[in-house]
Formats: sequence, structure tokens, C-alpha cells
Amino acid sequence: MSFPASVSTLNNYNDLYPDWTQREVSTGTTIMAVEFDGGVVMGADSRTTTGAYIANRVTDKLTPIHERIFCCRSGSAADTQAIADAVTYQLGFHSIELDEAPLVQTAASLFRDMCYRYREELMAGIIVAGWDPRRGGQVYTVPVGGMMTRQPVSVGGSGSSYIYGYVDSNYRPAMSKEECLKFTAEALTLAMERDGSSGGVVRLAVISEQGVERQVILGNQLPKFSTV
Amino acid sequence: RRIMATVSVCKYYPGGFSFDNCKRNALLEADISKLGFSSPAARKTGTTICGVVYKDGVVLGADTRATEGMIVADKNCSKIHYISPNIYCCGAGTAADTEMTTQIISSNLELHSLSTGRLPRVATANRMLKQMLFRYQGYIGAALVLGGVDCNGPHLYSIYPHGSTDKLPYVTMGSGSLAAMAVFEDRYRPNMEEEEAKRLVRDAIAAGIFNDLGSGSNIDLCVITKGKVDYLRPHDVANKKGVRTGSYRYKHGTTGVLTKTVTPLNLEVVEESVQTMDTS
Repeated sequence: MSFPASVSTLNNYNDLYPDWTQREVSTGTTIMAVEFDGGVVMGADSRTTTGAYIANRVTDKLTPIHERIFCCRSGSAADTQAIADAVTYQLGFHSIELDEAPLVQTAASLFRDMCYRYREELMAGIIVAGWDPRRGGQVYTVPVGGMMTRQPVSVGGSGSSYIYGYVDSNYRPAMSKEECLKFTAEALTLAMERDGSSGGVVRLAVISEQGVERQVILGNQLPKFSTV
Repeated sequence: RRIMATVSVCKYYPGGFSFDNCKRNALLEADISKLGFSSPAARKTGTTICGVVYKDGVVLGADTRATEGMIVADKNCSKIHYISPNIYCCGAGTAADTEMTTQIISSNLELHSLSTGRLPRVATANRMLKQMLFRYQGYIGAALVLGGVDCNGPHLYSIYPHGSTDKLPYVTMGSGSLAAMAVFEDRYRPNMEEEEAKRLVRDAIAAGIFNDLGSGSNIDLCVITKGKVDYLRPHDVANKKGVRTGSYRYKHGTTGVLTKTVTPLNLEVVEESVQTMDTS
């Protein structure tokens, strides 16, 4: 079956309706997660864009999947919300069957299965992080395309390109929780300064055996770097 | 005796978008343009819609202009749709899509409410809407502002055509959303009183009406609180139709007749049939 070459002819736009009323909502984004001994630190910016308009300047991109498993979402807002809802359901069901807290690797596998199977239809880059009793704090990255791999530090989203150098040079293994928080906040701030699709506030989450602690760093409280 | 619990009588969707009509649509488009016509433009609601959470509930607002291309198709259309007694939804985008989507979800939500025996929750309506819109991958052009009050308090969501949603204290959608959002960003405060919230929403819609070509006419408001809904249509007639200052009818004889020619057409009756009308 062949389809018309440009499906966009189905919708007739004119000057009355600016570009951003038609464009899909994207989470632009900078997201990050770091493992430490005893848990993980996750961070994200809070900007959602449709074209050049910021549809939501206080988005929460750190989405709970289970009690001690969260995911950072980047890419299409609709795709990532739908995937996260589906995985939350599947993981909840699995956890009840098992009568145990699910593994972070299980959650990551569920994300990977969905992102790989529907890779042509989806635009989703997801970082899955959390704590489980078997392997402690873990960070798994599931980028666009559906690969899944565990990493001690992972960054994602359009703003991540600007901070690979900073992350590679400043990460040390065996950092404490507070050092990880500072590291994440600074990396996200730098990315938000340079990436137009990232901005707003910095949302942080620390997941450990004790549970989840969430923080927000508002614009005026962000770490300051030299302004050139 | 076991009775199976009833579920919503929703059609089971085998999954994914149904491409059955795409080939037919492509052929129709091609045929129509070959004949020299253009296929009718879908009527869009242009629109400014917005919502605000205040102390006792939510206030939803909308303009009342519906456009077909550059022409106003309806000067007073209703964009605030009923979902359930405690939940209403403003719709921007393709008028037919917003109308039908809200009606479908309203119907399913009523059945669901009868099944649970409880007043429906705004989060439920949000889930149903986003899952349906995601299934159609953005082809249903419905951008919605969903608001209501349930057992967990007042809630407000914005829902985009591709199926993403945001839960926020104030939202705007439609072509006039930037104008309305400018008003909100300037004057919104948490826990406003009802009159202040209504004024704020009225002013936000007015900003859309007067600064956006796709929005116009009147301002409709819907104030939802626990146990009460005020559907104010119209709340504000921002654009009253002007009164003509004089009569523009021409007097008989204004145009002089130069010549008059009468040509009788000689037609012959080919066939005569009588069809009786049933007046019983």
C-alpha cells in the first residue's frame, strides 16, 4: 500500500495559525542520572516546547515508574508519556505477581522492549534510574533506537551535547550523595545556559533504600558560572 | 450466582492507527484537484481558550469564533464542552474533532461512573483523552483544556493533539494562546477569589480576541466548584454588532431602464408524472 508523498497536504494551514500551533510538543531537554554508593541522583530541566513556544516552563520530566524507580524523559512529550504510562502499568503488575520490589533492570528492559519494537514510530530518549535491594543504585540509558546499557553516569536530551566534556572531566567514581547532587545541578545549569530547548528550573531526585527525596532549584538559585 | 462486573462499553481497539482510509483519501484528493476544485478546508476553531485554578475550583474561558479558512463560519459557537457534571473541557483546533472527542469521552465516562458508582475524576477524563489522541498519532486535531472539581480537589490539564498532557495551575491553548498567556503570566496568583479569577480569565480571552485574528466575538466562562457549575454563555459580549446609521435601500426608479426585450420560450411537455403526497 502506498501513501501520498506529503501527508502534510491533509492539513491546510494558513497564516492565521502560527507554526507552533501545529508542531508536536517536544521535551527539548537536558536529563542526567548518576550512580553513587547507596542510590542514584537524577536531574532534569523543566522546559517543554512546541516549535519556538514554551508550552510548559515547569515540566516534571522525572516520572515515577515504581516506588524506587524513576525515569527521565526526553524527545516527544506524547510518546514518552504514553511509554511511561504503559511501563508503569506493566511493572506494577509484574511487581504484584512477584510480591517483591521490581529490579531497576526489569524496568529498563520494559522500556527497551517498547522503544525497540516501535522504534520507527517513536521519538523517545529515556534514562531509567533507581534503587533495588539486589544491585543497589543503578542507571540504565535507553536512547532513541532502543538500545539499553548500564552506565555510572548518563546524560541525554538536546542539551546533553554541550556537557559531555564537563561530565567526562568532572566525574569521579565513588562520589558521595552531596557531591553527586552538586555535580548534576552544575552540569544541568551549564546545558540550560547554552541549549535553547532547555531551561526553567532544575528538578532533582535522590533515590535510595530510604526512599525518594525531591528538590527544585529555581532560576535565581542556580549555580553561577562566569558570564562571558 | 456470579455476575461479571461490567466495564465501560468501549469498542475494543485491536491496536495502532487504522490506515484503511488513507489510500481512498489520497485518491479523492487527487481526483478533486484534477477537476479544478479544492477540497473543503476543515472548520477550525482558531481560538483562544484558557483555564485557571483558584481557591474554590476552576474557571474555564473561551472565545466564540469558528473559522473556515479566512472566513468566520460561526460567530457564536460554543467551545466549552460538557464532559460530566463536575468536568468541562474547552476545545481548540479542528471543530469536528474537538466536538466528537469530547462527546465520546463524555459518554464513556458516564458509563464508567455508573460502573464505579462514583463521581468521575478529572484524571480519568485526562487519561481517556490522552490515550485516544495518542492512538491517532496527532491526526485528530484536538487541543483541549480540561478542568473540573472532584474528590481530590480542583484540577486543570492541557491536552495536545499528539496525546501529551500537562497538569498546571493555569493554561492557555489555541492560536490566541500567547496573548492569553501574557495576561496570565502577569496577573496570576495562587488561591485567588472567584471574582478575581473570573476577571483574569475574561481579560485573558479578551487579549486573544483583540490581538489574534483567529479568535473573536464573545467570551464564554465556566466556573466549576464543588457541587456547582456556572456556565456563563455569554459572560461578556465583547463585540456587539454595530447599528447602521442610515438606510441604504435605493428608491424605486433609481436605476433608469433603457430597453426591455421579452423572449417567450416554447417548451413542449415531454413527460408528466404525479406523485401523491402522504398527508395522513
